[in-house]
Amino acid sequence: MKNIDSKVIEDTVARLCIEANLRLPPDVINAIESAEKAEPWDGAKRILSLLGDNVRIASEKTLPVCQDTGMACVFVELGQDVHIDGDFEEAVNNGVRRGYGEGYLRKSVVCDPLRRVNTGDNTPALLTVKLTRGDKMRITVMPKGFGSENMSALKMLKPADGFEGVKNFVLETVEKAGANPCPPIIVGVGIGGSFDKAAYLAKHALLRPVDEPNPDEYYAALESELMDKINALGIGPQGFGGKTTALAVLIEAMPTHVAGLPVAVNISCHATRRASASL
Amino acid sequence: MEYRISVPASEEELKKLRAGDSVLLSGTVYTARDAAHKRICECFDNGEPAPFELKGSAIYYVGPTPEHDGCCIGSAGPTTSGRMDAYAPRLLDAGLKIMIGKGNRSDEVVNSMIKNGAVYLAAIGGAGALMAASIEQAELVCWEDLGCEAVRRLTVKDMPLTVAIDSQGNDLYKLGREQYLKEVEK
Repeated sequence: MKNIDSKVIEDTVARLCIEANLRLPPDVINAIESAEKAEPWDGAKRILSLLGDNVRIASEKTLPVCQDTGMACVFVELGQDVHIDGDFEEAVNNGVRRGYGEGYLRKSVVCDPLRRVNTGDNTPALLTVKLTRGDKMRITVMPKGFGSENMSALKMLKPADGFEGVKNFVLETVEKAGANPCPPIIVGVGIGGSFDKAAYLAKHALLRPVDEPNPDEYYAALESELMDKINALGIGPQGFGGKTTALAVLIEAMPTHVAGLPVAVNISCHATRRASASL
Repeated sequence: MEYRISVPASEEELKKLRAGDSVLLSGTVYTARDAAHKRICECFDNGEPAPFELKGSAIYYVGPTPEHDGCCIGSAGPTTSGRMDAYAPRLLDAGLKIMIGKGNRSDEVVNSMIKNGAVYLAAIGGAGALMAASIEQAELVCWEDLGCEAVRRLTVKDMPLTVAIDSQGNDLYKLGREQYLKEVEK
């Protein structure tokens, strides 16, 4: 049994909110640089190079990489031998409040989807907790912008739609999104489970570094095939035409019902941000 | 082609811009997103003028991050323009000439642009730090209660933009992709 003070959780979440927004993860930066080298279309190459400049300027001037500093998606892997002193959920929200305030991040959350009054501090966090073995706690903050979130989609396919049905739905969603989600995009795909679990898998897939293929060869091959097909659509960086429409396709799958084949596509932009810490 | 344009721009200057051209924009640009557009249209409904002069104006669809001490603005990249499509034709009819954002526009907006001789310029989405570098001044105009969505008057210098849709309705989001597919993917 290990005790973790809720104040430590608050401090960690605050720090991760700021850290995640001021830089891109190294795997995403590398993917943008590699795409720039491989891009055959001049205009597209120029935009990819400007995206690299943007990351450098953000770092030099301590500015967020993107002005949409998102809703704070907080993923916590909580060891079952951990005891938390104080209120866990309150600590996470206090951390988001402090991080978004102290880090000069944008407050983009409204308290009700229809009555739309800004909460003023970017709370509440979108909190997901998963119990694990042991006495550690791992916290990941993924600030998720809504230009790309708005272009995401879910469909309950029939089992007969199979492999081809999944591919078509992913391609259709990317095509429909076009220029809006700030391509080059990162495509999270959730397959199986239920209506809600498929959406969760698609979001969770976005946590995986873009240079790590799916550990299951079957899905790694599907990721690679989808990546090639998406990058043959011609949408390109910013939607102005080019090869680099996506930097990665990340799939997660889980068991599902005999009668169903849920598929969710969660689109993320070239500024896919995340930061983690272990307690 | 590459052009330097100052706001307010003459009709001739805007008419020669073609989808795909690069523009370095300088002068006064107002910020407005969904909530501010809704309120501007409410002003029209009540027979009142917009809170700033729309004739010949430029609007940037942006909600910046808060500024640090000593900076005039935080990160300031464009938001998705399509969310303003429901309001844009009324603003264009009132004299708006330059819209700055990212992503596709509806046929209604494009038709209104052709009618009113307006252009739609794209800033680089997700490149908020880069776009902020061309903003020299920012001051609040109205609707502070909207937070990041309040209307601000920006003074910009050589803001790097691309003509996404020109005043004839040519659309880079269609043409750029078609040209790439024709020449590279075959």
